[in-house]
Amino acid sequence: MRAIGRFFSRYTIWVYSVLAFAFLLIPILYTIVFSFNDSRRTNIAWRGFTLDNWIYLCEEQGVCQSFINSVVVGVVATVLATTLGTMIAIALVRYRFRFRAATTLLLFLPMATPEIVLGTGLAAEFLTAGIPKGIGTVILAHTMFCISFVVVTVRARVASLDPAMEEAGRDLYASPGQVFWRVTFPLLLPGIIAAALLSFALSFDDFIITTFNSGAFVTFPKYLYTAAAKGMPAEANVVASAVFFIAIIAVVASQLSAAARRKKLAKTA
Amino acid sequence: MAFGAFATTPAAPVESVVRRRSKVALLLLLPGIAYLALFFLVPLVSLVLTSFQTKRPNTDLGVYDYAFQWQNYVTVVQSYGEHIGRSFGYAVAATVLALLFSYPLAYFIGVTLRRFPLVQALALTLVIAPFFISFLLRTLAWKQILSDEGAVISTLKALSLMGSDAHFTGTPGAVIFGLAYNFIPFMTLPIYTSLEKLDLRYVEAGNDLYAGRVRTFFSIILPLSAPGVISGTLLTFIPISGDYVNASNAFLGSSETAMIGNVIESQFFTSQNYPIAAALSIILMAAILILVSVYVRRSGTEDLV
Repeated sequence: MRAIGRFFSRYTIWVYSVLAFAFLLIPILYTIVFSFNDSRRTNIAWRGFTLDNWIYLCEEQGVCQSFINSVVVGVVATVLATTLGTMIAIALVRYRFRFRAATTLLLFLPMATPEIVLGTGLAAEFLTAGIPKGIGTVILAHTMFCISFVVVTVRARVASLDPAMEEAGRDLYASPGQVFWRVTFPLLLPGIIAAALLSFALSFDDFIITTFNSGAFVTFPKYLYTAAAKGMPAEANVVASAVFFIAIIAVVASQLSAAARRKKLAKTA
Repeated sequence: MAFGAFATTPAAPVESVVRRRSKVALLLLLPGIAYLALFFLVPLVSLVLTSFQTKRPNTDLGVYDYAFQWQNYVTVVQSYGEHIGRSFGYAVAATVLALLFSYPLAYFIGVTLRRFPLVQALALTLVIAPFFISFLLRTLAWKQILSDEGAVISTLKALSLMGSDAHFTGTPGAVIFGLAYNFIPFMTLPIYTSLEKLDLRYVEAGNDLYAGRVRTFFSIILPLSAPGVISGTLLTFIPISGDYVNASNAFLGSSETAMIGNVIESQFFTSQNYPIAAALSIILMAAILILVSVYVRRSGTEDLV
């Protein structure tokens, strides 16, 4: 009886999980399939297969422009946040200083604050300071909420770094700059890349904070929100699907290369 | 992974490192900390000040003066108490739903798939896959899939499981469903992080001591994965309570499902009533801080069961 029960429980969790994965993927599949819909004006009913949306993507002006805007914001905010966040991560692991607890709290709070509070707060600040809203304020806002995520991601990598590597560099008369760029930085790189990808993803998909701080500047999510009320063009699905494929390829590639590296290490060890 | 932020304790500083001049540390910290002070702390102060502002007499929409108009808060609680309550009600329901959905899935990935690292990595990718498709588009996709003309609802109606004039989109159920769906990865990943480290010998010990499966789960597995459950519920509850996309008319909600976020949005953009929008944000933030600290204290001192 017990054996049957065990078998059943094992079987149940497999069935449940496969169904759960399928459920998670439903809206993704829907979005991708409807990027090939031969739609007119609204993209709700299926009207036949076409590649036109993919080929003539930029005919739909708003989609293309807002996509480019989002990429520009994402890249600039990612570079800023990754730089600032990596510096903080190194300081947190490698140095002792006063106000350490306060620093950690300051890094934790933005992740624990609802986006709408961050968004209205920044908007109130920009309004008081008389700073006009636009691409600049969007970049400032995105950099802010990305920093904490960068610190968390890179800190784990710094903590796993063996200080003996850097000591070896110093013993061989490398200057502090050389030690950083030739030893520390390459060792931290996988963590930094992961943090940069996460930052870009967070920035690219951010809607709420952006809405309150962008004025007339339109990012891709902002375009989608307006379009949702008056009819979504299939070109929006094209952009989202393309981004999805690129992200999936990047993640799978990084996982495969990590697996290959582990195998190589296991062989040499 | 950043999603484990709440689950893992921060790594202790490497002890062997000699204490170096704090100048370097200061140079490394200062730019980032100054940035967060300027664009996180100052905005919060600015928000508090704005929430007490009063309308400048005889002016256009959206012009306010600094004052101590604490009555703004009275107005907010009186006019929008219903929305505040609804936000937290929806947030609790969606968080519970996401937890019930995620726990078995996280267990499957973290424990069942332990012996197959590549499959495990693939499964984790599938869990975060919804993050790679735009938040707004995946919500809109559910709206269209679950619309009255859609296959799901028409099948349910044909089977008489739903009344022929019943709707799903625009109801509180649809909003809670959408909120739960959108934040599932935030729940699954921290629980997975906890379960992945679960030492199965404890489970075996429970079996040896004749604990049934239910007892094993509630006395061993669940308490050992509590850090993951706590961080998962926080990571979903907080963003859900401030969300307004799912509850808006153009997505899964209707005017009867408006949450705090929807009120803030319309006060900010339509009425340009910045003090009321700010007061609502402050109330949302304060309520979350209180709820979260009570929750963390409770789950920290007592067992989850």
